[in-house]
Amino acid sequence: MKGNEALAEAAIRAQCRCFFGYPITPQTELSAYMAKRMPKAGGVFLQAESEIAAINMVLGAASTGARAMTSSSSPGISLKSEGISYLAACDVPALIVNVQRGGPGLGGIQPSQADYWQATRALGHGDFHVLVFAPASVQEMVDMVSRAFDTAEKYRIPAMLLADGLLGQMMEPVTIPEPSESKCDKSSWAANGHQFKREHHIINSLYLQPDDLEKLVLERFERYELVKANETDAELYLTDDCDILLCAYGASARVAKTAVNSARKLGIKAGLFRPKTLWPFPVKELNKAAESAKVLLDVEMSMGQMIDDVRLAINCSKPVYFYGRTGGAVPVPADVLEEIKRLGGEL
Amino acid sequence: MAVVFERPKSLLDVPTHYCPGCTHGIVHRLICEVIDEMNIEGDTIGVVPVGCSVMAYDYFGCDVIEAPHGRAPAVATGVKRANPEKFVFTYQGDGDLAAIGTCETVHSAARGENLVIVFINNTIYGMTGGQMAPTSIPGQITQTTPYGRDVKTAGYPIKMCEMLSTLEGVALAQRVSVDSVPHIREAKKAIRKAFENEKEKRGLSIIEVLSTCPTNWGLTPLESIKRLQDEMIPYYPLGVYKDIAGEGTK
Amino acid sequence: MTKMTVITERCKGCGLCTTACPKEIVALQKEKCNKKGYFYAVCTDEGKCISCAMCAMMCPECAIVVEK
Repeated sequence: MKGNEALAEAAIRAQCRCFFGYPITPQTELSAYMAKRMPKAGGVFLQAESEIAAINMVLGAASTGARAMTSSSSPGISLKSEGISYLAACDVPALIVNVQRGGPGLGGIQPSQADYWQATRALGHGDFHVLVFAPASVQEMVDMVSRAFDTAEKYRIPAMLLADGLLGQMMEPVTIPEPSESKCDKSSWAANGHQFKREHHIINSLYLQPDDLEKLVLERFERYELVKANETDAELYLTDDCDILLCAYGASARVAKTAVNSARKLGIKAGLFRPKTLWPFPVKELNKAAESAKVLLDVEMSMGQMIDDVRLAINCSKPVYFYGRTGGAVPVPADVLEEIKRLGGEL
Repeated sequence: MAVVFERPKSLLDVPTHYCPGCTHGIVHRLICEVIDEMNIEGDTIGVVPVGCSVMAYDYFGCDVIEAPHGRAPAVATGVKRANPEKFVFTYQGDGDLAAIGTCETVHSAARGENLVIVFINNTIYGMTGGQMAPTSIPGQITQTTPYGRDVKTAGYPIKMCEMLSTLEGVALAQRVSVDSVPHIREAKKAIRKAFENEKEKRGLSIIEVLSTCPTNWGLTPLESIKRLQDEMIPYYPLGVYKDIAGEGTK
Repeated sequence: MTKMTVITERCKGCGLCTTACPKEIVALQKEKCNKKGYFYAVCTDEGKCISCAMCAMMCPECAIVVEK
């Protein structure tokens, strides 16, 4: 199946019954699939008038306890950032999919990873984070959907699935999971009509007293600490004895893995660290992967954004080099291998 | 003795933060009277705006969601689509509905969302301290039109009911006022009609309520009522602009 | 017996009620103010009140209860 369509089907299987979208390349198949499937699954598909409206429809539906999602690509995510900040501030869980394309501005429509900073640092104004999952295959796009919903609901933190145009458009064999049920009880906060059985629920992000707002933010950051302790995930590939540790996520991790395999054939001890969660960043996992490494090579489809987290995670204890392509260009394994060989020669 | 008039049950018994003479309180009460009469408080979800009524969640007894500025119709669309059997209304001011949220307002109307929109038009931004609103009348002095609204540079006001009445998805577009008891009675009837439309799934109902802002108009509450009557009603004629369920459409 | 009662602590002294009374017996008095400093409204002649509740309908604060 195509990545975008497989993700959509997985969301329906994960009991998401509200999808609000707006067309943008290269995620459009996701919306189109939802338009076809959602009515048959008894759910809501709505093409909104804008990305802003779509994310606010998600806010409305999710505030009543419904599993709701939206999807877009880079420029559209910028428009959604207002609503994402509100979701985070209201502690309303929902799923946002970003099938990244080249930027800034209108950029291009080819795959990119240039929204890493946006996703992990600044997905809207204010002191907050969202959970960021980074699939590297169509199968992972499928598997991460229900996981993202479950984790978001468990901690009441919105989640983002950060894919890219390559993953969205590629076709791979995939196993779609059986329908699953959400086990999360939202009755303590959902604003779905009190039926005279409880106090009225307010979904709100306005707190005019600094002390009140600070208290809420502090409470939210305590939850972030729990997420950091319990929810990080990464793939460690041939890292036990590696001299050169490649760090890459998503589509660029596939390229990096091919280059690592080629390097091993040449006798160069290369390994790969691939974070599956970008926020929280798998700090422990990276340090374990980097134990034997002498240098790190960060590979991205950007000018180097995740590299900041890589350096921070190892406390700049080892040299971290960078290789990347941007603007929609995808690095090829041969070029990454050249970088590995160059670094290998210097060791 | 029997009580003939008291606070409706769904209007929480707390003091409001509104300025003396501000008519928000009257409109809040009318909505709650209708909710009580229809006995739907437990099945109603209100969506409140950014503006002076941002804290209306402290006053309405039903569940309430506070929307980002202008986005209330989109938030309400999400609520309603996920919960088609519940009653959903938005409460929005002129800046929220007719400036930053025009897109959401027009498209929720075009889709014929089964919602009630209560639109407070007082021709000014209240919460930020009295700037020009999309509905400020030509010549009106505000903080950002200190020489009076000049249509050559600031353009013309938007008459929302007239505009929205051209859309097929709209079931009811009616402009009312709360300057006098007869008008308040009419306003309540209009709000009731809007909720009945929602119940019957007729489409979107917008009730535009001409209101006052004594503080930012720089007038006393009584002078404000007079301005509403003398300046606003002639510019924004009261009446039914569209009503697919009834008669009397302009 | 008829009666309009002003919940004095809720009254903000805006005077809108005074415009609504057909008997012209609702007024803002000038002697006493409530805790917030507003001169609250009073009924000046209870004998004339007809419990029409028009004052209460005009009140933005729900500060008037009318009985009959």
